[in-house]
Amino acid sequence: MAGIPHDHYEPKTGIEKWLHARLPVVSLIYDALMIPTPKNLNWMWIWGIVLAFCLVLQIITGIVLAMHYTPHVDMAFDSVEHIMRDVNGGWALRYMHTNGASLFFFAVYLHIFRGLYYGSYKAPREITWIVGMLIYLAMMATGFLGYVLPWGQMSFWGATVITGFFGAIPGVGEVVQTWLLGGPAVDNATLNRFFSLHYLLPFVLAALVIIHVWAFHTTGNNNPSGVEVRRGSKDEVKKDTLPFWPYFVVKDLFALGVVLTIFLAITYFMPNYLGHPDNYTEANPLVTPAHIVPEWYYLPFYAILRAFTSDVWAVQLTSLVTGGIVDAKFFGVIAMFGSIVVMVFVPWLDTSSVRSGKYRPSFKWWFWLLAVDFIVLTWCGSQPAEGMVPVISLIGASYWFGYFLIILPLLGVLEKPLPVPATIEEDFDAHYPPKDASASAAE
Amino acid sequence: MIKHSILAALVAFGLTTGGAQAAGGGGHVEDIAFSFEGPFGKFDQMQLQRGLQVYTEVCAACHGLRQVAFRTLGDAGGPQMEAGQVKAFAALFEVADEGDDAEPGDTRPGKPADKFPAITDAGAPDLSLMAKGRAGFHGPMGTGLAQLFKGMGGPEYIASILIGYTGEEKEEAGVTLYENTAFAGGWISMPPPLEDDSVEYRDGHSADLHHASEDVSAFLMWAAEPKLMARKHTGFLAVSFMILLTSLLYLTNKKLWAGPKRKD
Repeated sequence: MAGIPHDHYEPKTGIEKWLHARLPVVSLIYDALMIPTPKNLNWMWIWGIVLAFCLVLQIITGIVLAMHYTPHVDMAFDSVEHIMRDVNGGWALRYMHTNGASLFFFAVYLHIFRGLYYGSYKAPREITWIVGMLIYLAMMATGFLGYVLPWGQMSFWGATVITGFFGAIPGVGEVVQTWLLGGPAVDNATLNRFFSLHYLLPFVLAALVIIHVWAFHTTGNNNPSGVEVRRGSKDEVKKDTLPFWPYFVVKDLFALGVVLTIFLAITYFMPNYLGHPDNYTEANPLVTPAHIVPEWYYLPFYAILRAFTSDVWAVQLTSLVTGGIVDAKFFGVIAMFGSIVVMVFVPWLDTSSVRSGKYRPSFKWWFWLLAVDFIVLTWCGSQPAEGMVPVISLIGASYWFGYFLIILPLLGVLEKPLPVPATIEEDFDAHYPPKDASASAAE
Repeated sequence: MIKHSILAALVAFGLTTGGAQAAGGGGHVEDIAFSFEGPFGKFDQMQLQRGLQVYTEVCAACHGLRQVAFRTLGDAGGPQMEAGQVKAFAALFEVADEGDDAEPGDTRPGKPADKFPAITDAGAPDLSLMAKGRAGFHGPMGTGLAQLFKGMGGPEYIASILIGYTGEEKEEAGVTLYENTAFAGGWISMPPPLEDDSVEYRDGHSADLHHASEDVSAFLMWAAEPKLMARKHTGFLAVSFMILLTSLLYLTNKKLWAGPKRKD
């Protein structure tokens, strides 16, 4: 593996040499664990471990839940209640799994915004970023498919609304929607295939995670200063980095401990807080809930979907130009997917020569406004589309696109960045001054 | 996510002039201090038994409880009836007979392994999950943050419906509707099911409308979440363990980094 120079695994005993010549698995693990890691990483660099934990938690609890679950429209809802009432520890498994999904998304949003602030997407980490976006998309799909499985009212109507997006595609929409559902409406065929795919996608996710880790192990981690590790010699590397084991493993485990304490408190003391009560009512195709909302982690994008109604001039103009092919519904769908796709291109949209937002005085403000925008959109998505909500959603959605498509490209040209530390060592020493240096300064 | 919601609420408060209404609002639900709320809350076994009596004598005329097995009435953390009582109680209900010689439609007396019958003749919803299927509290601004402090409000919702009749009624498309302060829209098709002393409690406890409503709401919370007490007990152990483990990891981390941070 290319990357930062460091000491590699040397097989010493006979059996180690025998194995290493045939399968260098020990070497792989050793090099991954001992990888030089910038020593100035702050507490926003812990979400990767939390996310890895979430993936494992979801797969293990999910596999056991699948042993007791029945993917059939007449039995799915009751089989979930069977898990909650009759399976030993079944209630704990299910509450872990549903709240685990929330933790997964909570962590991924902080992870993504960490990357956006510190410019982790910038060269040479574009592949890490793009694979990360694919992971996020796979998470969204997996979460949605899983939410359908308990076959409650929100499961059914959520599935109806979301698959309806594909129905909005001009011309082929209806065919695509029918193909996805396995029939003209959400029914047994839909539930069956959603279960199958909900079981499949996490393993695709796991594969993508391996590529994600491989990519940033090749380039090395970004860090709060945005300055690269010096690679001239192993001695230089040692001044800028510490080995992942034990320094970052223990730090990450401590952070994971804090996160899990809160997670377990929510899971055991208020397990349904993040869910929707309507999902404890069995799916009924004849009764539409008063207010269909997705899970909280989709709300910002749901708000963007709903923001572009037929009275928005951009929608009317698009409709006019395309001769009505792109109507308000399809425009909303494009906007929703576009709001994620636009993030894929951020490595090229950000034109700044400085990587970390710490040294970009104007960027900081725009970034925090984006974070606030995300929260406002979350709230908008949870509200009925009436009163001020559509207007706020439209402003929020416009800023989301404006940030990526206008502000980031312009800022790189217009902004005058602050001086950046020469090395990671310098950044670290500014926080933790060397003793001899302070001693000599006092003399 | 909670932090997000709080921030969302603050931001939203700054941006709107209080025009937004709580999602799914309409009804007014009063908070009730149930014994099973909070991290250390426990079901009141006697209250669950009284609630079961209200369900059996009143609600069961129209509402089923099809997810709940009779045997669970004897489980720890529930009404905890004795085995003989459970057996006798189950036999009061007629359940579908699916034995080898049975004709379709045949019934037989219930056994502890059976579930409460699904009663659907009156078109009334099943009550097994009602206490989790309704949220009593939505605010402020529809964020649901009130639920952090008051709980979801499912049992409160049920009690408020039972107490919330004003006595007014009206005819609409051949259906009689009853005015109810807790029901969304204000008019409900269920006739007032409870009044003072609709049931006579064997333990001599007051059976006025408020008490009976709270008792049956508590019972329905148990019916919806029979493992509630086991959950809170496990949660206490899990969180205590995590606090201990995290404290040790904190100390380990501090010692480990003392060298690089020149703090040793």
